[in-house]
Amino acid sequence: MTRSRIFWGIAAPLSAISFSLLLASGILMLQGANPIQTFQLLFSYGFQPRNVVAELNQASAYYLAGISAAIGFKMLLFNIGIDGQYRLGVFFAAVVGGAVTLPPVLHILLIVFVAATVGGAWAAISGWLKIKYGVSEVISSIMLNFIAAGLVTYMLNPLRLGEQAEGSQNISTPTIPESGWLPNIEVAGGTLYTFIFFSAVVGVGYWILITKTVFGFNLRATGVSFRAALSSGVNAPRMIFLTMVLSGAIAGLVGVGTLLSDTHNYSLSFPSGYALTGLALALLGRNHPIGIAFAAFFWAFLERSAGVLDLNGIPTEIVTMMQGTIVISIVVAYELIKRLNLRQQQAAVGSHQEEAPEESKETDK
Amino acid sequence: MKTQGWRKFLSSPGRIAVAIAGVFFIVALVEYFTGATDITSSGASSATLRFAIPILLAGLGGLWSERAGVINIGLEGMMIVGTWMGAWFGFLYGPWTGVLFAAIGGALTGLLHAILTVRIGIDQAVSGLAINLVAAGATRYFSGIYFVENGGDISVSPMVQQPETFTVPGVSSVLASIEGQDTFFVSSVAGVLGGLVTNVSWMTLLGLLCVPLTWWILWRTKFGLRVRFSGENPVAAESLGVNVYRVRYIAISISGMLAALGGAYLSLVASAVYREGQTGGRGFIGLATVIFGNWRPGGVFSGSLLFGFTDALRVRQAESVHAVLAIVAVVALLFAAYLFVMRKRRGAAISAILGLLAGIVFLQVEVIPDEFVTFFPNLVTLLVLVFMARRLRPPAMAGAKYRKGEEISE
Repeated sequence: MTRSRIFWGIAAPLSAISFSLLLASGILMLQGANPIQTFQLLFSYGFQPRNVVAELNQASAYYLAGISAAIGFKMLLFNIGIDGQYRLGVFFAAVVGGAVTLPPVLHILLIVFVAATVGGAWAAISGWLKIKYGVSEVISSIMLNFIAAGLVTYMLNPLRLGEQAEGSQNISTPTIPESGWLPNIEVAGGTLYTFIFFSAVVGVGYWILITKTVFGFNLRATGVSFRAALSSGVNAPRMIFLTMVLSGAIAGLVGVGTLLSDTHNYSLSFPSGYALTGLALALLGRNHPIGIAFAAFFWAFLERSAGVLDLNGIPTEIVTMMQGTIVISIVVAYELIKRLNLRQQQAAVGSHQEEAPEESKETDK
Repeated sequence: MKTQGWRKFLSSPGRIAVAIAGVFFIVALVEYFTGATDITSSGASSATLRFAIPILLAGLGGLWSERAGVINIGLEGMMIVGTWMGAWFGFLYGPWTGVLFAAIGGALTGLLHAILTVRIGIDQAVSGLAINLVAAGATRYFSGIYFVENGGDISVSPMVQQPETFTVPGVSSVLASIEGQDTFFVSSVAGVLGGLVTNVSWMTLLGLLCVPLTWWILWRTKFGLRVRFSGENPVAAESLGVNVYRVRYIAISISGMLAALGGAYLSLVASAVYREGQTGGRGFIGLATVIFGNWRPGGVFSGSLLFGFTDALRVRQAESVHAVLAIVAVVALLFAAYLFVMRKRRGAAISAILGLLAGIVFLQVEVIPDEFVTFFPNLVTLLVLVFMARRLRPPAMAGAKYRKGEEISE
């Protein structure tokens, strides 16, 4: 039983990836490019040591987005607000971190704390709207994402919390003093962010929380059936709210790695679109901490190695299309497998009960 | 029914005229005192239309889809398809062919969303988001191939010819001369009307016609009844012989088509070129107007006008946005007084607080920052969701997963 579950768990993502590779091949052939050659190019470029390090660094951020989405998914919550939570979180972390000077470790902890708090607080709005007014978290997070982006753009202004270096067009927050820098690890291919270990710790924490604690049990129970959880004494609305806050807190940390290890200030060059990435990774990794880790690396690998395509006259967006089709085909695969399993179960039950009188489906309402 | 009083009031054309005149009077007064002249200029009203139509079309797209029971977060992606198809085929074969191909492309994208969510049954939000991602990636990919070869860029298409415009002869010039005279109140009215009859694109008219058309189809035809039935109670609809899947396929294809027309409007009418990121989240604002408009075509229309108006003012004259606050303050306070007389304490209090807040901000702040205006639609929608939650009547099963022969699980 468990073996078949693991098999299906891996088969679905692999078939989704293969399907999107096929689709991408078709598009490439339309353009007259050789797909096999293209993928070989991607592969060899992506696994150069220099790029692997960059991919790992990027994956450490993606991983947190994936975990954040996965926590929501465990509860059937759809946190599209990751984008806004991440942006506000990293922005305020940069502002606070740049405004104070503290002993090294304390300074870093403060930055992490601010990012998580701001992200969680922003997600709390969605959670509160959901349990108090029944507003779908999908709709409210979309609106809140736009508001967050607007607020950050507003505050990132030389007149307010921003700062413009002389002779430069770039506006950023004040640079964090060195006590708030995370030391990096020099490896063969370049500089590896120490932050990656932090991401791993969050992953382990997520796993323990979900599988080993009462909170995690209640969370999953509420996700499976809101009403059953409610009637067995779980404060389900409170669980929804807390899950949303927790998911937001982790989303707030997404940009912290770049902040602590690389840029040391926030500017508009911080990327957007983490919400969809996070959801995709949680889906691809089946909400499992290790699965999400592979998915995060794969995602970063695709994006990094796409850089080589431009040099060969192929628009890099072939990778974006692949990512999109992976997301679609993975959910399609899960849905089909679910239905297949259901049919098998029904067939199995049916063959056991051949003699027994058939029970009508309507009666158990 | 609390709304009955309002309905009664709004059922008489004479009273509506008086109400509109009253608002105009306040607006004219505010313009007079603040010196912001752009609120009622003909330029502002025609710009409002230009900004409102894409939002309107996206909103109507959202309406069609949600009325049939499926939430369409892919509106943004479908708009992107429309901008690209409109510009590319417009460049090749002229603007109206561009519009046609945009509609086809949008309908096909909508159909994809329908197949994924209805037939296969995947999560509606996942499907919509993935469509947005694929649309953005695909357009950039194909721009890199087709536009670059034709004098464009990976993010910009070659210039496209715009659809024809029309001016109502006689009326337009008379209104323009009245506007030019600067008479208090009269010129304001003439300005707004003038913008609506001068150099209007036929595409604008087409967009506006979609409002009554949507209403007529959804509320006055057998097919429309089936669409709404599928959104309210698909199980019952199925049991009465409605082919819910097919109805949803058609409705969501129409949804994608409308959103793509909104996109084509952006690249063909609002500018004469496709630019990457041109949609700028308007698909999501369209989604917002559906909520703002309480899932009614008229509501979507007024929502898109409001959001288009703020957008237009932001681009044209930043001070005007500031002056609008004064209008909001006056109107909200008058409304509060009205509610107080009608003994609706709670509504009166909320309205008064809003009015006072707007007034205080108006007096304290010089210019409303650009960034705030950009997320104004999103903020308003959130507030509507919170304060008007009881008045909102979304289709009962919008967003729920429905499979033939199964019960709906929440």
